[in-house]
Amino acid sequence: MKNEKRNININNIKITVEAEATARFIDVLREDLRLTGTKEGCGEGECGACSIIINGEAVNSCLILFGQLVDGDSIITVEGLAKDKKLNKLQESFIENGAVHCGACIPGMLMSTTALLMKNPKPNEDEVKDAIAGNLCRCTGYGKIVKAIKDVI
Amino acid sequence: MNLLTPKDLNEVLELRQNHPNYTVLAGGTDVCALMNGGFIKPEGLINIWGIGELAEISEDEDHIYIGALTTHTKIVESDLVQKYIPVLAKACQQIGARQIQNRGTIGGNVMNASPAGDTLPVLLAYDVDVEASSIKSSRWIPFTKFYTGYRKTALKESEIVTRFRIKKPETAEKADFIKLGARKAQAVSKIMACFRLRLEGDKISSFHAAFGSVAAIPVRLSKTEAFLKGKKLTSDIIDKASNIAKSEVKPIDDVRSTGEYRKHVTGVLIGRFLNNIGARYIK
Repeated sequence: MKNEKRNININNIKITVEAEATARFIDVLREDLRLTGTKEGCGEGECGACSIIINGEAVNSCLILFGQLVDGDSIITVEGLAKDKKLNKLQESFIENGAVHCGACIPGMLMSTTALLMKNPKPNEDEVKDAIAGNLCRCTGYGKIVKAIKDVI
Repeated sequence: MNLLTPKDLNEVLELRQNHPNYTVLAGGTDVCALMNGGFIKPEGLINIWGIGELAEISEDEDHIYIGALTTHTKIVESDLVQKYIPVLAKACQQIGARQIQNRGTIGGNVMNASPAGDTLPVLLAYDVDVEASSIKSSRWIPFTKFYTGYRKTALKESEIVTRFRIKKPETAEKADFIKLGARKAQAVSKIMACFRLRLEGDKISSFHAAFGSVAAIPVRLSKTEAFLKGKKLTSDIIDKASNIAKSEVKPIDDVRSTGEYRKHVTGVLIGRFLNNIGARYIK
């Protein structure tokens, strides 16, 4: 059990994080950094609830060990979307469209969508569905989720 | 459990030599999932994520080279891959979902050695070579000889996979990759196949068919390939080829599908591919 340090950027804040190299990154986020917006669903890369963005790409934080982070990595979690305590357009659109039912999948849905929009600001509906194909919603709310996303494009 | 993070390829190979029992950790989409589920308990991990030398795609006159640590997303985005082996991109695009494609690597897909690994039939159909490197030397292993049994590879304890070498196709060919799963995303394949076909006039000059999830390791259908060589693509020949293909595979029943279904679909997929070619390119 060895602690390691990484100099990373989380939600536009540069910090040095010290944690066990073999700790899952989702646990470091939730328990050490108290960024509990990121949820754990399956813990095996199926459900996408734990999705975050590293260096512009959506990834499952349950499948990444802290020691696999590299100095300089730029990370966005769901807490990084709101600015000055004001939700962003995508988050507002999820609320307006009633896309949030139980809510457990929503942080992951938001992060997968944000990663898509960073690469492709004008995706079509198929590209939206492809981007969130790795995010499971068990309230079967996909219709409203896709609508909420399309409304901000 | 110990996690070692080397700085460069040389250090990776030194650690491999000194810790032959450690598991190599690349993108983690298989290894971390298996650890989280309690299916494996590695003695230690050699973390190669971040070793840039292992994630390059390059070319020389006759080949393209794909670093083992190249993610599925980077393969899809590669102009060289799209130009010379677009079906590999097609396979990578159907692995898991975005989060998995962004982190999972081609070397990881090969070393996980699952018969359901989606890139494997493509590598087999293209007669790819695998570069196995140790601190002392490196060698090329033909992909046809890489798997020695269920989840067993020809790799020595001191070696890791560093690159894949793919011959640029010399003449025009028709190729496809087809995957069948319970749903489009996040499905472990029931069956998948990669086909390559070359025509001379209206006759087949060469045909490659590689299948995954129909045996303990990915397989080439050599009898079907031999049967089709020199033949015209008539509906009678296509039916015969489908039947030979069915008789060549011995798939098992498992949680995803039955052996009977896989056998039947092996014939269907070959027939569908050949019929498409026949309808489009032969008058």
